[in-house]
Amino acid sequence: MFEHLLHNSESWLNAKGPDSKIVISSRLRLARNLKGSVFSNRCRLPQKYEVLDEVNAAAGKIEQLHSAHFVKMEEISQLDRQFLLERHLISQEHTLAPKGKGLIVSDDEKISMMVNEEDHIRLQVLASGFDLDNIWQKITALDDELSRRLEYAFMPDLGYLTACPTNLGTALRASCMLHLPALVFTKKINKILELLTKLSFTARGLFGEGTQALGNFFQVSNQVTLGLSEPELIENLSGIVNQVKDQEQIARQNLLKKYKFTIEDSVWRAVGILKHARLMATKEALAHLSMLYLGVDLGIIKKIKPETINNLFINIQPAHLQKIEQRVLREQERDYIRAHLIRNNLGGKYV
Amino acid sequence: MNCDICHKIVATVHLTEIVNEKVVELHICQKCAKVKTDELKSQLSLSDFLGGLVDKPDTKKTVPTACPLCGLTFNEFREKGRLGCGECYGAFKDQILPLFRKIHGSTQHVGKIPAHVEKKILIDREKEELKNRLARAVKLEEYEEAARIRDKLKHIRQKRKR
Repeated sequence: MFEHLLHNSESWLNAKGPDSKIVISSRLRLARNLKGSVFSNRCRLPQKYEVLDEVNAAAGKIEQLHSAHFVKMEEISQLDRQFLLERHLISQEHTLAPKGKGLIVSDDEKISMMVNEEDHIRLQVLASGFDLDNIWQKITALDDELSRRLEYAFMPDLGYLTACPTNLGTALRASCMLHLPALVFTKKINKILELLTKLSFTARGLFGEGTQALGNFFQVSNQVTLGLSEPELIENLSGIVNQVKDQEQIARQNLLKKYKFTIEDSVWRAVGILKHARLMATKEALAHLSMLYLGVDLGIIKKIKPETINNLFINIQPAHLQKIEQRVLREQERDYIRAHLIRNNLGGKYV
Repeated sequence: MNCDICHKIVATVHLTEIVNEKVVELHICQKCAKVKTDELKSQLSLSDFLGGLVDKPDTKKTVPTACPLCGLTFNEFREKGRLGCGECYGAFKDQILPLFRKIHGSTQHVGKIPAHVEKKILIDREKEELKNRLARAVKLEEYEEAARIRDKLKHIRQKRKR
């Protein structure tokens, strides 16, 4: 399975979705718990296994998950768990204390289901680009299928009951991963993040809760889950993402008009480093790849495909490097191999 | 203009907040602004601050000491900010409803309903409707109609038992 994922080119990373120059990916997540069972955070191990078996059995009968992989987190190594985290298939919490935790992931990685994370079920659907409406149809159909086989903890007035009251109601978290280098470059980003918070949206870093904004990536999501229907929540997020996307677009055009040489210089410097460096840490690589991605969109760099860069964003991460090399690497070794991988992928085709 | 909060120092910070869909403008001094900023910061990681948003239980009212299914106490919830099972929502409902309003600005779910519940809600609605019709028929002394409705109700109950 891991070998397959490593070479999966038709995943949500293919940069072929709508507006994918700015909106890298869209994601919806539904939290569900089983009626009459104690939530995962308070439940004893034998009960966790019962929940895992019950959910796996139900999921196994669903057509959309016909060729899915069923993984028991305790049966794979810490490195493999880290690898799944880097591919956005599981959360940080799911990599810790793996006993009784499970993952169901479709072959194309667009559907994934964490079992016994904070809630019994965390169902996620991912898509390339700005595509929230389509993935809503997909995730709600999956949820319907599951609800025919599993009885959920639900109250008509409070909706789906979740371990954390911040998810109560629809238990829906909708988010878009945005690449906003021009807004960062023109220092407008803080103002925008501030506004998002005031409008009850959250902006986080590359890996969700509590993570830093690396490589100019920001994950924007809804905070409220109760009192609005799922389509309303999605429409609100779409509206706000559209606004941010337009602001980024305007900032990019302004950069080209007003600071053409400055921005060209920044992009080419990034290319120079990516092309020639011999040691490179993740953080540095993400920063330069972000500038390269911008350079491709602005037409400064012509011969590199966006999906090549998208794949590098994922493949340069520590666990991915070790899976590619098929051995455990120390930090300095990783920096060397990371620089090597980038040079190989960008090759001579950067002009 | 003096600060809207302390009314003592000249306001130098102008803050626009959106509270319950209304724009609220605040003109405050540096000192109060710092307090306000700390407040805003705490909203960023809401789940960790949940305990602080829950009022202490009113000792005069009878508060269930623990959830009947998982044994979680209300104090444990205040500390951890996580509920232990679906039953907790019923057990502590009166205490936690104000919290939902603080987090979501609402206490009413309007989203989708799972398949198994949907059926039950529909049946309950149908039963309610039949009961009303039965009462009306009896009042109007339409006993044949009343008997028909009673049979229907009986049928629904039997189906449910099976």
